[in-house]
Amino acid sequence: MNRFLIADSPVDIAALREALLRPGAGGFCAFEGWVRQTNDGRPVSGIEYEAFAPLATSEGQAILDEALARFDITATLAMHRTGYLLVGDIAVWIGVSAPHRDATFKACRYIIDEIKARVPVWKREHYVDGCAEWVECHLVG
Amino acid sequence: MPRIELEYFAQLGEQAGRRSETRETSVATAAALYEELRAAYGFVLPPERIRVAVNAAFRPWTQSLKDGDHVVFIPPVSGG
Repeated sequence: MNRFLIADSPVDIAALREALLRPGAGGFCAFEGWVRQTNDGRPVSGIEYEAFAPLATSEGQAILDEALARFDITATLAMHRTGYLLVGDIAVWIGVSAPHRDATFKACRYIIDEIKARVPVWKREHYVDGCAEWVECHLVG
Repeated sequence: MPRIELEYFAQLGEQAGRRSETRETSVATAAALYEELRAAYGFVLPPERIRVAVNAAFRPWTQSLKDGDHVVFIPPVSGG
């Protein structure tokens, strides 16, 4: 099973979390990226995400494999949305389970940073004033 | 001439005015293909800001191209 999902419709987050339950795991940490109502001070009505899905999936999977090798974690899954999302929608979800909490926080942080830097997904912000722009935020928070 | 399958994303799709095309070209490498497309569509981004994917795997700019290859030029990503 591929553990990095590109999804064109909302995903059941409870099911993702449940897929990370392990008897040996004593901690779980999730990161959710949400669509925010402003970008650089401009009101946003929504964000359109597009992905080069085959490469996004394999690169995302490589990042999760790196996290498994680098940190003392038990399991990890991630999901990135495509399509038109509204303010408050979940754009990205990452979950990590591990024997102890410290590794879950570190792995989550590593995975979101690498996703933002490497996975071929692009967002186009739609502003309340009617404009829409492709965002270039390579390596920027 | 070799036929290359191209897909365009984000601002490259906007500037090319299309999402995909099959292009006959005599260029030998990914770098030369990008220069050809820049001339055709006026892509603003320099190659330093672009990555190359051939058949859905990241490849170097020196990658040679053959008939039927699927090529995507990856502009700066902005997921998350």
